[in-house]
Amino acid sequence: MSFATGFRHGVHPPEEKELTNRLPIRRMPYPDEIVLPLRQHAGNPAKLCVAVGDHVERGDPVGTADGFMSVPIHASAAGTVAGVEWWPHPDGSMALSVRITVDKFAPHVARPRTVPHWEGLTTDEVVLAVQQAGVVGLGGAAFPTHVKLAPPKDHAVHTLIINGAECEPYLTSDHRTMVEYPVRVLFGIRVMMRALGVTKSVVGIERNKPDAIEAMRAAVPADLDVTILPLTVKYPQGAEKMLIKAVTGVEVPSGKLPVTVGVVVQNVGSVAAIAEVFETGLPLVERIVTVSGHGLRRPANLIVPVGTKLRDLLAFCDGVTPDAAEVVIGGPMMGQAQANLDAPVIKGTTGVVVLAKYETRLARSYPCIHCGRCLDACPVFLNPSLLGDFARVGRYQDMVEQHLADCMLCGSCAYVCPSNIPLSQLFQASKVALRRAQAGAA
Amino acid sequence: MTFHAIAILGGMGLIFAVFLALANRKLWVWEDPRIDIVASMLPNANCGACGHPGCRAFAEGTVAGTISPAECTVASDDVHKSIAGFLGVDAGTAVRKLARLMCAGGNDVAINLAEYRGLPTCAAAAAVAGGGKGCAWGCLGLADCERACDFGAIEMSDTGLPMVDPAACTACGDCVEACPKGLFTLLAADHRLLVQCKNLIAGDDALEQCRVACTACGKCVLDGAPGLISVASGIAVVNYELNALAEERAAARCPTGAIVWLTGAQFAHLPALAGSERQ
Repeated sequence: MSFATGFRHGVHPPEEKELTNRLPIRRMPYPDEIVLPLRQHAGNPAKLCVAVGDHVERGDPVGTADGFMSVPIHASAAGTVAGVEWWPHPDGSMALSVRITVDKFAPHVARPRTVPHWEGLTTDEVVLAVQQAGVVGLGGAAFPTHVKLAPPKDHAVHTLIINGAECEPYLTSDHRTMVEYPVRVLFGIRVMMRALGVTKSVVGIERNKPDAIEAMRAAVPADLDVTILPLTVKYPQGAEKMLIKAVTGVEVPSGKLPVTVGVVVQNVGSVAAIAEVFETGLPLVERIVTVSGHGLRRPANLIVPVGTKLRDLLAFCDGVTPDAAEVVIGGPMMGQAQANLDAPVIKGTTGVVVLAKYETRLARSYPCIHCGRCLDACPVFLNPSLLGDFARVGRYQDMVEQHLADCMLCGSCAYVCPSNIPLSQLFQASKVALRRAQAGAA
Repeated sequence: MTFHAIAILGGMGLIFAVFLALANRKLWVWEDPRIDIVASMLPNANCGACGHPGCRAFAEGTVAGTISPAECTVASDDVHKSIAGFLGVDAGTAVRKLARLMCAGGNDVAINLAEYRGLPTCAAAAAVAGGGKGCAWGCLGLADCERACDFGAIEMSDTGLPMVDPAACTACGDCVEACPKGLFTLLAADHRLLVQCKNLIAGDDALEQCRVACTACGKCVLDGAPGLISVASGIAVVNYELNALAEERAAARCPTGAIVWLTGAQFAHLPALAGSERQ
């Protein structure tokens, strides 16, 4: 077994996974109302296809895919469309959303299977079925999965890498998925390997999840070339390019996609979702969310209907403690602080973390002392100190020359900064400013 | 020794001087001397509001006759006239514009859902969860526009709204670019009817976020001249092509005060932020 299982640089934040890593996944009951934003994935938002007053069953589309770089959105519960309106989106903006009043006790209606059985499907049919099922990357970025299953023809894919690193503190949803549903994950790997036409697959799991490694190893079928590879425990091990470096030893060139080195990376959650979609015939209407944090009364790993409001989710976990200070979607390193608890859980919501007051740091930041710790932390070898200076004075073009595009906002630099400089927020704002300038110039 | 040094350096100096004198003759380009004079009459703020790369380029254009002096929005009418008089051309007319804010939701009337503790700039706040303001379209009040203004025309009010001084505003557009919410618009000074809101939510839901939001009730549409104001996707929009028909009456019945009839500066009634509270 290969022991070259890491990447250079990176940081070691407190893991805080013991809050939830032994709690079995439970199902959250339907809330009274669900809100489905039409923009839940990278690419074009879905096109609305219901009207106010329409009755929808669980799994009915409320939005259809707009082109290849898009997926449909499906109702996650039976009910009546109560409104199509602007609603708070987890990214902080307002997004056009479908609000559905849930009919909690609606009898299950026998309906034709929406997703075909996978046996006998050609590659194109599998890709289409995955798109129609609305599956996106459940690791946070919500990149449409079917696009990754149809790589450009001029690159030969030789390995499918499954991302089970889950390096973000607090989050345990992928961990629990691998412990509880290893057979489902491996069925998903089988479907994907056939769709991609590859014979080799590697599942990368950080060493801090021995039970997941064991469960996955035990479940590997004899006819499938799947390696379970324990990885160094380091943040951001779960970043796509870091994972490829750890597994294959090859670095993905700057600005290029993983497919240029013959690799496709999928998150464990997405693989399990594909397996479930083909098993049940129901599109992606729910996902596993870790609800955790020292500001929450009862942390849990939950199967949550997409569109559940954060307010309902936190209430189901017995609410927040009096010293709760901040609600973050995603993990504390890359997650997005939420201003409005009406924002719903969407397909890309990996976890909801409620930070207690003592965990949120002081806002006071000091001048850069050029200690260089951020350079030693940056997993993509940028110079965050210099980039931060440029960002502060708005020299965005200089930042582009310093490879701002390679920054994935992992937050390692801000984590180690002894002067408390919010570097990753500076970079995020700079990226937005650059996008705005480009949109203005075009 | 000293004599040698003086002779050598002096001789070199002489040779170079002759060379430079000849080169000056040979390579000399005639430039209209009026360009320098016009450039010295211009404000030399190099703000770019005219759309030309700096005051020098503007001066070249005016002398060449492709730009009329009035297109400099920074200079006063007197300066326009003196340039026009000097060049013997018509000063031309340019519509005087002002930066106007399409939001009136200061922190006294618009709710804040969360306390924002990140970097104190609007751009950074907008990139993170929208900055915590209830209205996702509204002014964040962290003064990116004030810092962007080269003319000191913007001052934050104590309720966190930028107040534009009409006398100092040159409509250079820096604040339009600086605002991450795109709330500034350059409006002709005689366009007095303004919807100070960009919230696309209609009805009482909008009022839950801000007391001065446009609820898209449509009263201004009825009260204004036909076609002047329309309500589309939750907000009233003024058609400035019909500005000649605009009257104060259109804004009179607005239940929230989202649409206003401007008689000078916006938010003139608000006190400026006291110096001690500034960062």
